[in-house]
Amino acid sequence: MTRRRLPEWLVLLLPAIIVIAAVVLIPLLFSLYSSFTPYKLTRPSTLWKWVGTYNYEKILSDAKFWAAFGRTVLFLTIVLNVELLLGLGIALMMNKVTWGQRTLRTILMFPMMFSPILVGFQFKFIFNDNIGLVNNALQSMGFNVALPWLVDGKLAMFSIMFAEIWMSTSVFAILILAGLFAMPRDPLEAAKVDGCTPWQSFRHITLPFLMPFIYIAMTIRSLDVARAYDIVQIMTGGGPARRTELLWTLMSRTGYVDARMGLANAMGYVSILLSILFTIYFFRKLSAARAELGMAG
Amino acid sequence: MTEVTLSKVVKKYGQHQAVHGIDLDIQDGEFVVLVGPSGCGKSTTLRMIAGLEDISGGDVTIGGRVVNDLPPRERNISMVFQNYALYPHMTVRENLGFSLKIAKRPEQEIVKAVDEAAGILGLDELMDRKPAALSGGQRQRVAMGRAIVRHPDVFLFDEPLSNLDAKLRTQMRVEIKKLHQKVESTIIYVTHDQVEAMTLADRIVLMRDGHIVQVGTPLELFNRPVDTFVATFIGSPPMNLVDGVVQGETIVLNGSISVPLPVTAGPLTNGQAVKFGFRADNLMPIGHAVEEEGAVHELDLSVTLTEPLGTETLLFTNLAGVEVQAKMFNPRPVTPGEQLQFRLMLDKCHVFDAKSGQAVRG
Ligand SMILES: Nc1ncnc2c1ncn2[C@@H]1O[C@H](COP(=O)(O)OP(=O)(O)O)[C@@H](O)[C@H]1O
Ligand SMILES: [Mg+2]
Repeated sequence: MTRRRLPEWLVLLLPAIIVIAAVVLIPLLFSLYSSFTPYKLTRPSTLWKWVGTYNYEKILSDAKFWAAFGRTVLFLTIVLNVELLLGLGIALMMNKVTWGQRTLRTILMFPMMFSPILVGFQFKFIFNDNIGLVNNALQSMGFNVALPWLVDGKLAMFSIMFAEIWMSTSVFAILILAGLFAMPRDPLEAAKVDGCTPWQSFRHITLPFLMPFIYIAMTIRSLDVARAYDIVQIMTGGGPARRTELLWTLMSRTGYVDARMGLANAMGYVSILLSILFTIYFFRKLSAARAELGMAG
Repeated sequence: MTEVTLSKVVKKYGQHQAVHGIDLDIQDGEFVVLVGPSGCGKSTTLRMIAGLEDISGGDVTIGGRVVNDLPPRERNISMVFQNYALYPHMTVRENLGFSLKIAKRPEQEIVKAVDEAAGILGLDELMDRKPAALSGGQRQRVAMGRAIVRHPDVFLFDEPLSNLDAKLRTQMRVEIKKLHQKVESTIIYVTHDQVEAMTLADRIVLMRDGHIVQVGTPLELFNRPVDTFVATFIGSPPMNLVDGVVQGETIVLNGSISVPLPVTAGPLTNGQAVKFGFRADNLMPIGHAVEEEGAVHELDLSVTLTEPLGTETLLFTNLAGVEVQAKMFNPRPVTPGEQLQFRLMLDKCHVFDAKSGQAVRG
């Protein structure tokens, strides 16, 4: 009698399936399940108590959550747009450089090589109100001020955005530069002959060509920024008094400081929605822009 | 009135000089073809006229106005590029209307001009397609349509047909010629293909290594080439050239066969080294020749190879140790090795100085 054997492809895939299940699927299901319980890390037995959508209802009526949610959306919007504009500007300038462009390109990547934690520490120091570089520079220029960069709510938000932008503008710059390199020269010359000023050439020819590259950068960065945690945690820890609280700092505070893991996981699922929405939005735009150029399909 | 003139126009790329001070006067409404082997500076010259390349020296005028420092948009020219250079994100309609839109012309005028151009080029069915959804020939047509909607003073074409297959190329050639009859604008057309040059041009400008070698009508270049380069570049098959030495009233070819000096030849000295040139059309087997007036010299030659072309057959034979081509009209089958008697039409022969390559003509 022959033993029934698993099909070969399944046997070959099994190790991968087991690993993925162990590190992705099970934690995912577990966290999803726990978001329907009042699970507290300090009282493991709470894991077995089903409370239905209680956590979700609580979040949706929680002003602190909505404040963090709104702040995250604002943070995303400002950071992505500024990075886009700066990145576009840098890429356009780099594209004109004829000498030492390789070196410049490498230098441009430097900020991306640092761990966000280091960047956080670095800017925490730069913006420190007593010993920070910015305030020292201001004072030595004769302004007798000590701006509370990381203490005042608005200034702290600004400082964090500044750090985030410093670190990641090059993602935009590099991708847009790649787009510029890939751009055919002929249509630009045709546009010149057709009567375009340099600005019109940029507006009507270059920019449409770059749009897919811009949306790719947007997609990557929106996922990145939507889970911005490290820089914020290092620079302000979401403080002072929660004035720079973003979704992820709020979540980690709820989960690990308050130990309310069930609630934190529920927040996680709500905020994932935010990421998914941003991603879908940019992906749609990307497909549309590619279709524009006849690249679809 | 839009004449285009180049005077002592120079183009340098760093140390490398691509165009060596060329002079050229192009009349209003003239169809001028710049032709020459690849790398001879045709595109560079055209692009300087367009304003896409800086001019390193000399002057370019369009309609009497020096345009050296004007950007392309102020020259009122259109250009058709080798790779079509369509705007990939615009439909055919938008491609055609783009220049007028940039010029902020009223909407109805744009629609009218675009429809007119589309009609001329048979693009009506394709108006809402993107370039990616067009065939090579259709793209070429759109590129031409884009050039004509603006009614420019001068059309510039840079090898517009070289990406098309042979059949389409012939077809588009005719269309370009018709287009010129319709729009009556000045056209400057660049190609490396002498057939295109011959068939299209009012006047051909033959270039080599950044210099103009000869300017003239297609027949002038064909019948009176100034040197061996023109003689072998224009016409297909290229002119046969055989080395020889002048001896009295004859030329001794490679020390073996002597032929009489053509009456068209200019002053030659005894013992001068020359190249004797004639076209395949002027060496014909007796009985298969086109009857023509003029001096004839008869030769017995053996055929080594044949290329039947239908109405005529090209015969490869050996004249004084050099392979030359002859033409057989109303052809009959010929086997290689066959000995035939040929008529050489002496009045159509050319003599070039061997050293300089210049034609010696009376
Ligand atoms: N951008 C450039 N930089 C340096 N040399 C160039 C450039 N463009 C063309 N050339 C040189 O100038 C010469 C003429 O080129 P081109 O006008 O394109 O020739 P053609 O169109 O007759 O084939 C060539 O030797 C070519 O290598
Ligand atoms: Mg060229």
